[in-house]
Amino acid sequence: MTSSATEAVEQAIMGRKRDWRSVAFELALLASLFIALGVLIWLMTDIFLRALPVFQERSLSDFLSGSMSSNPDRAGVGQALWGSLVLMVFVAILAIPIGIAAAVYLEEYAPDNFLTRLINTTVRNLAGVPAVVYGLLGIAVFVVLLKDWTGGPSIISGGFTLAIVVLPIVVITSAESLRAVPSSIREAGYGVGATKWEVTRSHVIPYAIPGILTGTILTIGRAFGETAPLLLVGAVTGGFAVAANATLVERLTGPYTALPTVIFSWSRQPRAEFRELTAAAIIVLLVLVLIINAIAIVLRNRYARKW
Amino acid sequence: MSLSTPIREPARESESMANEQEYVFKVRDFSAYYGDFRAIRDIDLDIPKNRITAFIGPSGCGKSTLLRCFNRMNDLIPGAHIDGKVEYHGVDLYDSRVDAVEVRRRIGMVFQKPNPFPKSIYENVAFGPKIAGYKGDMDELVESSLKRAAIWDEVKDKLKQPGTALSGGQQQRLCIARAIAVQPDVILMDEPCSALDPVATLKIEELMFELRAEYTILIVTHNMQQAARASDDTIFLTMGDDRAGYLVEKGATSDVFTNPTNQLTEDYVSGRFG
Repeated sequence: MTSSATEAVEQAIMGRKRDWRSVAFELALLASLFIALGVLIWLMTDIFLRALPVFQERSLSDFLSGSMSSNPDRAGVGQALWGSLVLMVFVAILAIPIGIAAAVYLEEYAPDNFLTRLINTTVRNLAGVPAVVYGLLGIAVFVVLLKDWTGGPSIISGGFTLAIVVLPIVVITSAESLRAVPSSIREAGYGVGATKWEVTRSHVIPYAIPGILTGTILTIGRAFGETAPLLLVGAVTGGFAVAANATLVERLTGPYTALPTVIFSWSRQPRAEFRELTAAAIIVLLVLVLIINAIAIVLRNRYARKW
Repeated sequence: MSLSTPIREPARESESMANEQEYVFKVRDFSAYYGDFRAIRDIDLDIPKNRITAFIGPSGCGKSTLLRCFNRMNDLIPGAHIDGKVEYHGVDLYDSRVDAVEVRRRIGMVFQKPNPFPKSIYENVAFGPKIAGYKGDMDELVESSLKRAAIWDEVKDKLKQPGTALSGGQQQRLCIARAIAVQPDVILMDEPCSALDPVATLKIEELMFELRAEYTILIVTHNMQQAARASDDTIFLTMGDDRAGYLVEKGATSDVFTNPTNQLTEDYVSGRFG
């Protein structure tokens, strides 16, 4: 290579400058991240510090098993934990099978026409409807109309309402997992003489199940923290007692409360001790939601499939 | 054709002309559509039994569409419909009483991209026979299918491992084993080697010659050399101005490649077009 060619190339490619706009953009992005993260950390620290006295003065099990009480020294989240647990069982039993079945129909069976597109859009919109609206539906249908079966403002009504809140989300996440199964797999099934049902049952659903499970568990996590619809369908915000010898039916149709409802209720109490209790209950709720989400993440990582 | 035909020697045209050649498919006046779009038009052809028939032609000329019409795979695509007739051993495949699932049991398919189920090698092969209600010894059937697909020696010690863990060429042979396991009459191959390296391609081609004794094979290929060396008959399709594919030339592979009657065919096989 001649030296003049070297010079020409050198002139052309050696003009490295700092790209200030790129640096500024990067800093702006970083600042946004810190704002989001900072607020969260500040909030968590604040709540944790407020809750500390409760966990220092009382044993964790005492707080976790205590019932709703106007005496802050005895109040605990026992009834709320039981209520939330039962609600989640309702959600799991009702929303998961119905949601998955609806998704399988929409993805695998429904013809692609105006009606199914309308239904798909509607389901997506329903997932964005504020939960309090579902609460109103819950009052109208489960608390009033079906009073004889649900016992009015009972945990059954709450469970059904919450199940309906998360149903569209279960449908959407399940449909997305089903869509992620490549059509070549379906063709492979049909190619050896399988019927639609055989392809769906033996291949499409099994391959989509990890994704469906992950999405479903995340929606359960969301249902766990849902407050507004429960307040409407009768979760009790004050103290109540359930007879120790109450039967399961009596427990299910009687008064109930749930963790987010208790947090709401305590946060409105004037006494300072209740502020500590509120923070402690928030910690319990956060830990449980984190556990639920962690389960979803572990499942996703374990069963993630690359096509 | 008899079983004693030496491997890799294409059946001679005179032989098939002399004997009353049995035809597996007779296609008459056949057009296929996707919605309003006509993908192929006015196809007339006969597919002889126990021979390898290659479909060649430029991209988008409807080779795959035509192939997928032989086992009604195109039924699965919304908006796909046909016009005309495909007779399979004298029965109209598109008669309203025909069960497409039964058709696909008899007319197996191997796809362009190897698509083993993300299950074990064993389950990949056993799935077809299982749903067909196979009553015999499944282990034996799996073994014989894998052997006939020339992959047994490579997988016999890892039948429980996922089929997706195999190499591309092995996956494709597994897919052939899966197709063979349901004991079909015809095997349709849609560019089976397009995702494979030359060594794997050669293995599949050798396999096709072995399978020809028992099955009728229809293969769509982009690879002209493959059609030339691995088929008995060749059908050349191309695309008209209306973008609908039509049949230009059909005949013994040696004739189509060395002595084509149509200028379009000559241009295509000599590499001047497409």
